[in-house]
Amino acid sequence: MGLRKVAIVGAGLTKFYRYAQETPKELAYEATKMALDSCEMTLDDIDAVCLGTAPDAFDGVHMKGEYLSDGAGAFRKPYMRHYVGGGTGVMSPIHGWFHVASGMFDTCLVVAEEKMSSAYPHPAGAFLTIFDHTTEQPLLPTLIWIFAIEMHRFMHKHGYTKKDIAQVAVKNKGNALLHPSAQLGAKITVEDVLNSEVMAYPVNRLDISPTSDGAAAVVLASEEVARRVTEKPIWIDGLGYCLDSAYWCNRDLYYPDYVEVAARQAYKMAGIKEPSKEIHIAEPYDPFTYKELHHIEGLMLCKRGESVRMLLDGVTQRDGNLPCCPSGGALGVGNPIAATGLMKVIEIFLQLRGEAGERQVPGRPTCGLAQAWGDLMQVGTVVVMRS
Amino acid sequence: MLDADLVAKTATKISLKDIQDGKVLSVKDKPNLKYAWDNGVAIGRYLAELKEGRIIGKRCHSCKRVLVPPRLFCELCWRPTDEWTYVQDTGTILTFVISHVNWDASRVKKGQRHHTPAVIELDGAGKDQAIMHLIDDIDPKDIKIGQKVQAVWKKPEERTGAITDIKYFKVIKK
Repeated sequence: MGLRKVAIVGAGLTKFYRYAQETPKELAYEATKMALDSCEMTLDDIDAVCLGTAPDAFDGVHMKGEYLSDGAGAFRKPYMRHYVGGGTGVMSPIHGWFHVASGMFDTCLVVAEEKMSSAYPHPAGAFLTIFDHTTEQPLLPTLIWIFAIEMHRFMHKHGYTKKDIAQVAVKNKGNALLHPSAQLGAKITVEDVLNSEVMAYPVNRLDISPTSDGAAAVVLASEEVARRVTEKPIWIDGLGYCLDSAYWCNRDLYYPDYVEVAARQAYKMAGIKEPSKEIHIAEPYDPFTYKELHHIEGLMLCKRGESVRMLLDGVTQRDGNLPCCPSGGALGVGNPIAATGLMKVIEIFLQLRGEAGERQVPGRPTCGLAQAWGDLMQVGTVVVMRS
Repeated sequence: MLDADLVAKTATKISLKDIQDGKVLSVKDKPNLKYAWDNGVAIGRYLAELKEGRIIGKRCHSCKRVLVPPRLFCELCWRPTDEWTYVQDTGTILTFVISHVNWDASRVKKGQRHHTPAVIELDGAGKDQAIMHLIDDIDPKDIKIGQKVQAVWKKPEERTGAITDIKYFKVIKK
């Protein structure tokens, strides 16, 4: 392609909480500092900064990208902000990748931050304005409605049951018990999920990831710098991103076409012909239980209609053939909207380096994938990473 | 990598009560934002027709869809749309939800009917040409995907030219 190879060489992640005392700037600082320290680099080594963070409406801070720049090490540096809803955290390394692959910069700091706790009484209210102001807002919708709408269509099309889908929460919250940043790691059962409060049928409370404050950061470097800085650079070998129409009622919601398009771009770039065999470990975005399955199908890690079989067969457990969300995912670690996807990228980074501690999956995975999703059931972002 | 002690020091856990009790000092604000959105030609006509008790779309000859809400350009074919076309105020439920929460995450009060929004494919518009609206006048547990529905309109004198001129859709065949 004529573009340079780019590696992730360092990573930092804060603890995720429902309410953190730290300001958004401070959260960004903590993650960014940790990422730099992890590869013994300083801001002098950083040529550019890319930052992802969700709507200004969450914090009530306009021009939030500029506001956060101080905490993201961007003082007097080339700086860009990006946002694609929940897809942001995986768009972040993609955004940074261009900076280094183009040859314009040798290093790029990638930061993703979210503080959802400032909005009262609940950040869900801020989401009202994601809907069309004339044709939808007057019906007073909420995001939980449209997730439940998508989940219902998915279940209807494939005959999936709530009981089966609930296993995703059991798996991910269980996995999260071993993640240092986790907000909601817990040992739960399928019955716990089915008995939890009905938010909007078919979605129960334990089917949903929490509202969170948190930040994440990674350091990207060109091959020359990467090999100097670390013995284990993790290469971004494939990336893809695709945005579907905002007219979300005009597509059959049972399948995320736009995730498949993004995945195909990433697989083509990485030279992957059989993703279900060549991807050893995956972090699909799991803001709701059914979403992990929906995305596994969109990523073509199994045939349509087979993701539940895969789950029930144990394939996606940490010790299965294709571990999915070994971190604990959004369901277990937390979902600070823009930062979650980057938390997933970081998990693949650690796993491919053999540095995931107690969460390390068996075998020696050399190829992993992180994916995120967001907006009005609209965007797919995918990165394929290799050691 | 990702040392648990290091991570634990990065953020301090507080609770809503800490803030409400003044243990953590905070500043409150309530922005006062007002907007008047110009709806343009296409939505303007959509609203005017709703006021008359009709649902109008705009056809694209290239993809053959009748776009509801109408648009001056087709976002798939990337060309101006063609003739205005009425669609029926009946349709099919593609998917729906029984919501116990309101738009601001507060819970629906005891005794109040749960919200049942749905994606409704409108008759005459084409496959997957649907809008979101509310189902009512039926026990939520009796709603099924695939049911046929019919719009229930406000009285003509109560309509203002809004999506809420349709009060809700009711199930017409079980």
